[in-house]
Formats: sequence, structure tokens, C-alpha cells
Amino acid sequence: MMDTSTLLALVQDGVVNGAIYALLALALVLVFAVTRTIFIPVGEIVSFAALTYAGLDNNATPKVLVLTMGLGLVAFLRGAIRARGRALLMLGLETLAVPATVTAVVMVVVPMQLGIVANAAIAIACVAPIAPLLYRIAFAPLAEASVLVLLIASVGAHLALSGLGLLVFGPEGARGEPFSDAVLEMGPIILPGQAIWVLAATLATMIGLWAFFRFTLAGAALRATAINRRGARLVGIATDQAGLRAFWLAGMIAAVSGVLIAPLTTIYYDGGFLIGLKGFVAAIVGGLVSYPLAALAAIAVGILESFAAFQASAFKEVIVFAGIIPVLLWRSLRHVSVEDEE
Amino acid sequence: MLTRHRIALLAATIVAGLGLGAAQAAQADTIKVGITFSATGPAASLGIPEANSVALFPTKIGGADVEYILLDDGSDTSRAVANTRKLIDENNVDIIFGSTVSPAAMSMVSVAGEKKVPMIAAAASGAIIAPMDDNRHWVFKTPQNDGLMADAIVENMVKQGIKSVAFIGFNDAYGDGWLNEFTRSSKAAGIALVDAEKFARQDTSVTAQTLKMIAAKPQAVLIAGSGPAPALPQRTLKERGYRGLIYQTHGVANAEFLKIGGKDVEGTLLPTGPYLIAEQLPDSNPVKAVALDYRKRYEDKYGAGTASTFGANANDCERLFEAAVPAALAKAKPGTPEFRAALRDGIEGLHGVVLDHGVATMSPTDHNGFNTSARVMVKIENGAWKLLP
Repeated sequence: MMDTSTLLALVQDGVVNGAIYALLALALVLVFAVTRTIFIPVGEIVSFAALTYAGLDNNATPKVLVLTMGLGLVAFLRGAIRARGRALLMLGLETLAVPATVTAVVMVVVPMQLGIVANAAIAIACVAPIAPLLYRIAFAPLAEASVLVLLIASVGAHLALSGLGLLVFGPEGARGEPFSDAVLEMGPIILPGQAIWVLAATLATMIGLWAFFRFTLAGAALRATAINRRGARLVGIATDQAGLRAFWLAGMIAAVSGVLIAPLTTIYYDGGFLIGLKGFVAAIVGGLVSYPLAALAAIAVGILESFAAFQASAFKEVIVFAGIIPVLLWRSLRHVSVEDEE
Repeated sequence: MLTRHRIALLAATIVAGLGLGAAQAAQADTIKVGITFSATGPAASLGIPEANSVALFPTKIGGADVEYILLDDGSDTSRAVANTRKLIDENNVDIIFGSTVSPAAMSMVSVAGEKKVPMIAAAASGAIIAPMDDNRHWVFKTPQNDGLMADAIVENMVKQGIKSVAFIGFNDAYGDGWLNEFTRSSKAAGIALVDAEKFARQDTSVTAQTLKMIAAKPQAVLIAGSGPAPALPQRTLKERGYRGLIYQTHGVANAEFLKIGGKDVEGTLLPTGPYLIAEQLPDSNPVKAVALDYRKRYEDKYGAGTASTFGANANDCERLFEAAVPAALAKAKPGTPEFRAALRDGIEGLHGVVLDHGVATMSPTDHNGFNTSARVMVKIENGAWKLLP
């Protein structure tokens, strides 16, 4: 049997990984609740943010901005088919002006070498807009479609982003600078400063989301859209806007996760997908509706993965993903199947 | 009645017919080479230089035109097999190069045997070509066998007095093959394998496996992976306080590994083909000239410092093919089963052909052909490869 220090080290590793999965699970549950989309490309946003953050060490303008602006252009063209007048102006502002402004600001700020926190902000600003732009391109036009169709669109978006990621970042991985080189030693546990940042960020995101939904009007609108889309429209909530906000939030959360995880490990252009998938496992355990359950499940997934890797490393992935099966069985036996209204 | 129009039409038809006939005659001597490499996916850092090397291949060999059809399989086994079938059934290729990774290449073996098309793999696992059977009769490979490299590592371990080793490798055919070969070789030398772990290429954390290995108190650790991913276990071992020797395999003999590993991989020992340190070889070594020639051609096209051992593996596929073409052309026409059989026989009969990675002598039971001349031990010193005496 393993000794206490190994046990604690495994738990620590599991909790830190689990915190990242929790952030992604929250993003996934948020997006699904509001738009019924299972946002698989969330993994790509994580790895793009991580690679952008790591790449800023070279003081070169991030190449990912080409992708963001390109997506903005496609989103504008897609929306311009229908929009007229003021709506067209707003569309242009969001899809063209925002990425262009970000690009201009970044090009000015990067040579100034303002430090790690600024780099993190730059990376997030460059990559987070990809989520709402994807919404405009792929998911908003399908807003009334079934969950299955949205899932197919999601997988398609993931495949496209994956290939574009290889084009933009190349096959090599990268590692970022940690926010803090401090190392906390509590007895047998060695906690690097970065891990504390991860845990703090996860906690802050959870509290922030809770406050947002509880106390703000926009949050209430999102909740209303999540509960009943048609009813929300009837009371005057712009459900398209709600979807957009949800994707913005998800994009920000995913980008923050990417920047947090970059110093902990080497990220490759396709590494985010697996992380997103494990966040998805946690979201499933939460039934894709419950935030606290998803977050707890994510921590559990992280710890399970850690112990599985210790005991039977060849089967680590199998054990983690097979965890979905009993959860699904339990849920399907407990709840009477309700026809998906809308 | 022979009007002017009809004469013109007749003349045109005759000329067209002759032209077509000439075109047919020119078509008949085009050898088609089907290639499937992993230019995307987790093995992209191996597959991209391989795919890039295809642009350097000659388009005329022995009087015949050569056409290369390059497909990408994304490091995915099913796609590699699908590509192989497509190349053979639709494009009617005479030979297949690929794939980059061992799991994909192993699955392609049965297709090559079924369709009776020779195949030269750029993947490392010895199980691709052994034990010899009807399917493997058609399959060759250019990277050194993992068994050959495992013996080199064990030899070095014996020299250093190592008695206990822990192993961590990819959880796919590459890692499995290495575990088998290393277990065999270390047992024969009396070295104990105290722990064996696995990890996936895209893993972001191997803390648990590392803890288990350290708990087993090995004197040396062998990491069996390829590309830049094996830097992760090495870094984690260092972070967790492991101070013993670390060995890697020839799969990490590339610049990305050095870049990702940085200071954490200083002092690593690994076996590799002589290509990697060709400039440090003595001039009398025939591999030196061949390897440096390929490197120059690659770097002239793609930039200095970009050439890699994996691209050299792909280039060796072409060198084997090129050596066998003239004799095969004399026996049969390209595009026919007889030509493919002749190509296969030609490659199998090659003796002492100098490749980028060593001197190969094929035989009916050995479709790799390398001996100990195709491997050297190197050490990573100051971010560069240093040939060990």
C-alpha cells in the first residue's frame, strides 16, 4: 500500500487537475443550459490560450489573431446575409471591430514587455472571442435545431479548429511562465505557486458565476433562457443575445484555464481536447444542469485519474471515461424519460 | 466522296490517334508510389519532416517517371489503413511508404500482404517485420528495430554497473514493443526491471506514474516515447527528486525534444542512428557522406536546422526503393503485379546499401537489415547531441 506522502501527493495532483476540469465543466454546463449546445471546441480554446500565452515569451505578435480576425470576418459575412441597418452595424462592431481593436492593442502592447500578468491578459483577449464568433458562425443559425444537430455542428467546429490550430501553432508544444515561482511546503505536500493560482481561479469563477446568476439582470435572463427558451422570448428576453453572452463567458473561462495550465505542463495544439473531454465527463455527472455537482465531479475525476494512473497506468483513460457509464445508467433509471420540448 | 473537310477530319483523327498512342507509350513507364505519413495529430512532429522529404524525392529513376501520391493519416490507425487501401485500389500504386507511427504501420501490414504490394514502413517497432509470415513477406522498415536500440541501452547500463531499472513508455505499439524488447534484453544481462508504467502521448501529467517508479528505487529509468512528449516524465522525475540516470529511446532524437526539454534533459543517454550526429562521425564511415547529403538538400529547401532523423527515415524508404527499381524495371512493367513482386524481391536482395541511418543488408528473414553499425550512443550536453565513444 502507498505511504501517506504518496497519497497526499496523488490527491494534490488530482485536485489541481480537477480544478481545471471543473472550470471547463462549468463552461460546458453554462453553454448547454442556455443554448443546448455541447461545446466540444472548448478544449481547443484552452490549448490556443495556453500556446498563445507561452508564445508571448518571444515578444512576437500572436499568430492566433489571424484566426480570430478570420473567424470575425466569416461571422460578419454570415450575419450580413440577413441583418440590415442598426443590426448590421452592431454585427460589424462585434465581429469585425472587436477583433481588429484587440489586434491593434496587442501589436502595440507586446513589444512593451509588460510582464506575466499582462501576457496572460493578452492571451485571454486574443483567444476568448473565438467562442462567441463560433457561436455566430455555427450555432446561432441552428438555435432551433435538436441537440443532436448541435452536437454534430460542435464536432465539426472542433475538427476545423483542430486543423487550424496545427496550422497556426505547429505541432510543437510549449510551456508558459508560471505566475509565481513560490513553492509552498506543508509537511509532505509540495504545492507550487501556480497550483494555488489554479485553485483560487476556480473558486473565484464559481463564486463569480453564482453571483452573476443570482444578482444581475443579465444573469437572470440567461437562467430564464436556460429554463425555457420560448417562454423567455415571450417575456421579451433576446435569446440570441443570451446565447452570445453564454459563449463569451465560456470563452473567457476556457481561455483563463488555458493560461493557468500553460506553466504546469507542456501543451500541444491538440492537448486541450482531452482536457475538455474530461471536463465533459464531470459535466455529465452533473447532468449538464447542476454547477456544484459538475464542479465536485470534476475534482473527483481528477483524483480518480491520479489514482488510476498510479495503480494501473495503462488503463488510466479507460477508467476515467468508463466512469460515465454508471452515472448514465443511474440517471436513466432514476428519471422518467421526458421528450425534449425545446 | 473525299471532300476537303473529310480529308482534314481523317488527317486529324490519324494524328490524334498517333498522339494518343505516343502518350500511352509514355504513360506505361510511370511508377506510382503511395505514401501515408502522420503529418497531423500527436505524431505530427515526426510526420511533418517525413512529408516534407517527399518533395526532395527524384521524379525519374532508371528511365521511368516516378509519381508520388502523399496522404496524411493524422497519426490515426484506421485512417492509415484506409489510405493504404485507397492508394492501392484507386491509385494503383506499386509500392507504399508509411506510416510514421508503429500502431498504424502494424495495421497496414495485413493490407500490404493481402494486396501483394511492397511496403516500407517509417515506424520503429520490430514487430512490424517479425516474426516473418506471408503478410510480412511484403513489408520492410527503415528505422532501426527497437530491439537493436534496446541492446545498445542495456550494453551501456552494464558498462555503468546499473542493476535495477524502471520503465515508462507510451501506451501504444511503440511503448509495448519497447517494453518487450527491453525486458528480453535486460533479463539476459541480469538487470532487474523493478517497475513498468505507461502514459499517453497527449498526457498533461504523469505524477502518479512517477511516484510509483521512484518508490521502487531504481538506479536508472528508461523512458520509451517519441517526439517531444517524453520530456514530461523526465521533467516530472526531476521535480520529484529523482537523481539517477535517465535513458531515452531513439524516438526523441529530434530538435523539438531538446526545445521542450530544455535544461531538464541535460545528461540524458540515448541510442540513435548515426544520422543525428553525422558531422561527428569519422570520414571513413560511409554513412557520413550520405547523411550529410540528405541534410544539405533538406535544409537548402526548408531552412537551416530543420532536418530531422524522422525525415531521414522517410528518405531511406526512398533510397531502398530507388536501389531496387532498375532491376525491377528490367523484369516487368510498372502497374503490374509482376513489377510489384520484382520490386519486393529487389529490396529483399539489397546488400550493403548505404542509407542515412546506417548500412543495410536485407535477407528473407530480416527486412530491416541494420546491424550495430546503425546505432551509436549519444548524450545530451548543453542542449546538443554528443557522440559517446
